[in-house]
Amino acid sequence: MAVPKHKMSRSNTRHRRSQWKASVPTLVKCSNRACRESKPPHVACPSCGQYGGRQVAEPA
Amino acid sequence: MPTPTKGARLGGSPSHERLMLANLATSLFEHGRIKTTEAKAKRLRPVAERLITKSKKGDLHNRREVMKTIRDKDVVHKLFAEIGPFFADRNGGYTRITKTMPRKGDNAPMAVIELVNEKTATAEAEAARGTRFAKDEAGSGSAEVQGGKEEPQATENPEVAESTQGVSSSDQEPAEGSRETVENDLESKDES
Repeated sequence: MAVPKHKMSRSNTRHRRSQWKASVPTLVKCSNRACRESKPPHVACPSCGQYGGRQVAEPA
Repeated sequence: MPTPTKGARLGGSPSHERLMLANLATSLFEHGRIKTTEAKAKRLRPVAERLITKSKKGDLHNRREVMKTIRDKDVVHKLFAEIGPFFADRNGGYTRITKTMPRKGDNAPMAVIELVNEKTATAEAEAARGTRFAKDEAGSGSAEVQGGKEEPQATENPEVAESTQGVSSSDQEPAEGSRETVENDLESKDES
């Protein structure tokens, strides 16, 4: 079985972990003027359930 | 014609995919609107639309062809008695896919696929006026005439007619839509 030969330094560990980054999601305002919540583009609004003036899903 | 599916089948094997698509189509025609993953919705759309096209013809042969896919006779009857006649004046595009938020649990992109339950704008206008557009008359006429000497004229005229109508309709729609959307928004807000 393969086994590490050297202890990994705290510096190397922390440098590796510092590269874990979350990306900012792309958000747009809901086109429903009564709602205007932020939502992902091209997706039915999760808060009001509308897309393109149509009621697609029930509002959460 | 829809593009052939590339990549792996849904569910792993071709037979499994056929069964899944048949079940999805059955549910779609039974309920009119189903929520599923985006990949399944995209695969389902051509299957469902082909079945609706068969149901619009409405004869026994097409009914048996549909029965090969949809094994529920109640749903087949609904398809031929209600859904097919409703789409009589719509040439394709019977379903609409709207993306929704990813699923909790596996973050799979989800979508709502539904039967389009509005009449086309041209069909409504024709019903209101009791007439047909000259474009449609000319289109059917030129299709019959084609092959003769009138080919250049016949091919040019419908395009011009379409382009002018397209411009005029696009001019009208936002003006009407802006007011209507506000009203719709207010109504929907009141309901919710």
